[in-house]
Amino acid sequence: MSLKSSLTKYVMAFATVAVIIFFTIATGGKLLYAQNVNNLIAQNAYVFILATGMLMCILTGGNIDLSVGSIVCLVGAVGATLMVNQKVPIPVAIVVMLLTGLIIGVWQGFLIAYLKVPPFITTLAGMLTWRGLSNVVLQGLTIAPMPDKFLNMFNSYVPDFSGSSKINYTCIMVGILVCVGIAVMKIRTRIMKKQKGYENDPLIGDVVKTLILCAIVLFFMIKLAYYKGLPVILIWVVVIVSIYAYLTSKTTIGRHLYAVGGNEKATRLSGINTKRVYFFAYVNMAFLSAVTALVVMARLNSANPTAGTNYEMDAIGSCFIGGASAYGGIGTVGGVMIGAVLMGVLNLGMSIMGVDANWQKVVKGSVLLAAVIFDVLSKKKEN
Amino acid sequence: MAKNLLEMKHITKTFPGVKALDDVNFVVSEGEIHALVGENGAGKSTLMNVLSGVYPFGSYEGDIIYDGQECKFADIRDSEKKGIVIIHQELALIPYMTIGENMFLGNERGNSAAIDWDETYGLADQYLKQVGLKESSRTVVKDIGTGKQQMVEIAKALAKKAKLLILDEPTSSLNEEDSKALLNLLLQFKKDGMTSIIISHKINEISYVADTITILRDGATIESLCKGIDDISDGRIIRGMVGRELTDRFPGRTEKKIGDVSLEVKNWTCYHPVYSDRKVVDNVSFKVRKGEVVGIAGLMGAGRTELMMSIFGKSYGSNISGELYINGSKVELKTVSEAIAHKLAYVTEDRKGNGLILSNPITVNTTLANLTGVSNRFKVIDHSLEENVSKQYVDKLRTKCPSVMQKVGNLSGGNQQKILLAKWMFANPEILILDEPTRGIDVGAKYEIYCIINNLVAEGKSVIMVSSELPEVLGMSDRIYIMNDGRMVGEVSAEEASQELIMSRILLTKNSQNRDEEMTQTADTHETEER
Repeated sequence: MSLKSSLTKYVMAFATVAVIIFFTIATGGKLLYAQNVNNLIAQNAYVFILATGMLMCILTGGNIDLSVGSIVCLVGAVGATLMVNQKVPIPVAIVVMLLTGLIIGVWQGFLIAYLKVPPFITTLAGMLTWRGLSNVVLQGLTIAPMPDKFLNMFNSYVPDFSGSSKINYTCIMVGILVCVGIAVMKIRTRIMKKQKGYENDPLIGDVVKTLILCAIVLFFMIKLAYYKGLPVILIWVVVIVSIYAYLTSKTTIGRHLYAVGGNEKATRLSGINTKRVYFFAYVNMAFLSAVTALVVMARLNSANPTAGTNYEMDAIGSCFIGGASAYGGIGTVGGVMIGAVLMGVLNLGMSIMGVDANWQKVVKGSVLLAAVIFDVLSKKKEN
Repeated sequence: MAKNLLEMKHITKTFPGVKALDDVNFVVSEGEIHALVGENGAGKSTLMNVLSGVYPFGSYEGDIIYDGQECKFADIRDSEKKGIVIIHQELALIPYMTIGENMFLGNERGNSAAIDWDETYGLADQYLKQVGLKESSRTVVKDIGTGKQQMVEIAKALAKKAKLLILDEPTSSLNEEDSKALLNLLLQFKKDGMTSIIISHKINEISYVADTITILRDGATIESLCKGIDDISDGRIIRGMVGRELTDRFPGRTEKKIGDVSLEVKNWTCYHPVYSDRKVVDNVSFKVRKGEVVGIAGLMGAGRTELMMSIFGKSYGSNISGELYINGSKVELKTVSEAIAHKLAYVTEDRKGNGLILSNPITVNTTLANLTGVSNRFKVIDHSLEENVSKQYVDKLRTKCPSVMQKVGNLSGGNQQKILLAKWMFANPEILILDEPTRGIDVGAKYEIYCIINNLVAEGKSVIMVSSELPEVLGMSDRIYIMNDGRMVGEVSAEEASQELIMSRILLTKNSQNRDEEMTQTADTHETEER
C-alpha cells in the first residue's frame, strides 16, 4: 500500500488525533486528566454499542434505524419496573429485557425484510410507538434508584489486588496483558500465513500498527489506573465490539451484509438469502439496543421517560463520520469506533471548555457534514 | 420525386473502443415513411440519437442537413425546436400523472408563474382526438393499456409540432391489434404530409407501411430499397441484414465428446412479475447434453433471459409452470441456492447490474456464489485461502489486474466478464447458462471467452449460450435453438444452420400465424385508399 492510499484510509484516525491535540491545548491539558479519560468511556459506552449495530443496518444499503433510542427507553422502563417495583430477581429481569429487545427486533425485521416496508418508515413508526409505550409503562415517572447488584454489573470498577491507594495496578497489568495478546496474535497470523505459503503483509507495517495499538492501550490503562481503575463498562464495550468486528470481517454473515449493500441483485443471484440478511441486521440492532438499555440504566441509576432521546442520531453520526457509505456496502467496525471517539472527544472537549450546548450541536452537525462531503468527493475522484 | 427533408452525410460515431457508426449516409425524402432495419447493435439507435441531439454536435463526424439547412444540435431541445421528435422504445410516460400532464411535461402551457390547466387539457384533448383516442386527457396514464400509452406518446410528439417523427420499435410491446392501429395512424399522418422514420424488427410491418427501407449492418449503410422500384421481399431484406462474412474468429474444438442429456426443460411457461397476465415465456421445451454448447438465438426481448432466469431458481417471473430434469431426474428449483446446489450456474447478461459488486475487490466477487468453499463449518472465512483461489482463477482465465485486491469496478469490460465467469466456475457447476457472454467486450477478450467455453465443455460440462450475435451462435454452438416472442420457433444443428436461416425463422415465424389475416387486411386498406 502506498503512503498516499494509507493516508486516505486512516484519514479519520488522523483527524481524531488532531482534534484530541487541539482540545488538549485548548483546555490546558484538562482533556487528558484521568477523570476525563474515564468519562470519555463511561459517557459514550452507549454510542459504541449502538453504532456497532447501526453499522450492520447501514451496510445493507444505507438503511438506518431510527427506533433505537426509544427501544433503549422502553427496555429500560420494563427492566426498572421489574427490578425496582416488582422485586424480580436481577438475572430474570435482564433476560426479560433482552427478550423484549429481540421481540421488537423480530417485529421490525419482519416488516422490513419480508413485507418490504421501507426501513425509514418502519423505524420511524417504532420510534414513536416504543417511546409512547415506555411512558405508559413508567406512567410518566422516573424509577430510581437501581439495585446495587445491578449497578455492580455495569457501572463499577474492577477491584485492585495490590490495595495501593494511588495507582490501580490491576488496570496496568490488564493493559500489559492486552498488549502481549495483540502482539502474540499478530505473530501467530504471520507464522500461519507463512506455513500455508501465503503472502504476508510487509513486516514494517505490521510492527508499526501493533506498536501504535499497544501505545494507545497502555496510555488509556495508565490514565485509568490513576483514577478509579478499570471500569466494568469498558470490558463490556470491548467484548461486544470485538465480537462484531470479528463477525463483519471474518464470517460469511458479515460478507453477506457487505454484499447486499454492494449489489443486492447480484447477491440474490449468487444464492444468498437477502431477506434473511435484512432480518438479521434489524433484529440485531434491537437486541443491541436492549443491551444498551442495561448500560444506560446503570449509568443514570434510573429509568426515565426521556432516556435514550437522540441516541439514534449519535449512532448514525458515528457511522458516517467513521467512513460508512450512505449507499451501503462500505464501512468497518474499527472505523465506526474512531467516528464514535471523535464525536465523544468533541462533546467532552467542548463541555470542558464551557461551550454553549447549542453551539456544540452546530459544531457536531458541521463535522458530520464535512465527513460525508469528504467521502462523496473522494469517491468522485476515484471514478 | 419529393425533395429530401433530411440528409445525414458521412456520419461516423466512435465510443471508446468501438466504432458504432462508420461513414453512414442516410437520406429521407419529405412525406415518406422510411424504415430503418438491421440486427441488434447495427447502429440504428445510435444514428437516431445523433440525429436528435442526444449525442451533441462535435461528438460525431459528418453533416446533418435538415430542411435545406445544416444543423448542429447541442441537445434534444434543439432538434425538437426544428420539429424532429423521437419516441423511444421504452415508454417515457410517468404513470401517476394524467395524460395531459404527461403530454406537456417540459413543454408546459401557461407562464412561468402558473400552469394554464384549461389550455393544457383543452389542447391535450385535441391531440388525443388526432391519434384516435377517446379517453379524457385527465385520465391517469397507469389506467390505460400499453397500446393507448404508445398513442399518447405520439400525441405528445404532435404537441411538440413534429415534422419528422422517429419511432424506435414502436410496436415491440403492443399486441397485433394495437400495432395495426398504430401503423394505420402513421399512414394517416403520411397523407397529412408528415414524414416518419420507423425502426422495427417486424418485417411484415415494414413492408406494410414503408416507402423506403434503409438497411444498416455493423455500423454502415448497406443499401436503401424503394417500394415499387426495388425488390422488397422478406428474403431480400433479411439477406441485406445478415449478409456478413463469417471470418475465423472462433477457436476450434479438437474433439467433441457429447454425452447424455444433463438438463431438460419441458413445457416451461412464465409470466411477467408485475403484469401477471403477460406471458413472457410460452410453453418452451429444450435440452442440453454433457460436453455440448447449445446456442439460443433470438432478438432482444425474445424472452431468452427471462426463460433462463426463471429456470435458475425462479429468479424471474411469476406463475412459473413446467418440468425440469437434471441428469434424468425431475427437480424443483425454488431458490437460487437450490439451483446452485444442483450444479447450475447462470452468468448474467448484465454484469454490472446483476453480476458483480463493483465496489468490492476481485476476491469477494470470486467467492460470492460459493462462500462455503472458503469458510469452515463455523462460517468463518479463510481470507488467505480466498486470496489464493482468486489468484488461481486470475491465472487460469488470464485476467489482467494489478492484484486480486483490485476493485472490480476499475477493470475493463472483458476482465470484468472473466471475473464473473470465475465466480461461477468456482461454484463448481455442471451446467452453465451464459447469457450474452461477450456483450460489450473487445475482439481479443471475446476470443479468450470462447476458449474458456471450449475448455468447459471439454471437461464434460454443458453450456447454454444465449446470444444476439448470430456469427457467435453459429461459430460456437453444436446445436441452436431459435427463440422469438417467448416461444421456441426452431431447432437446427450447427451443420445446417446459417445466418439467413436463423434470421428468417425469427422474423417470419411470428407472421405465419397472422399472415393470412394480415394480408387480407392489408389488401383491404389499399383498396380503401384507392377509392
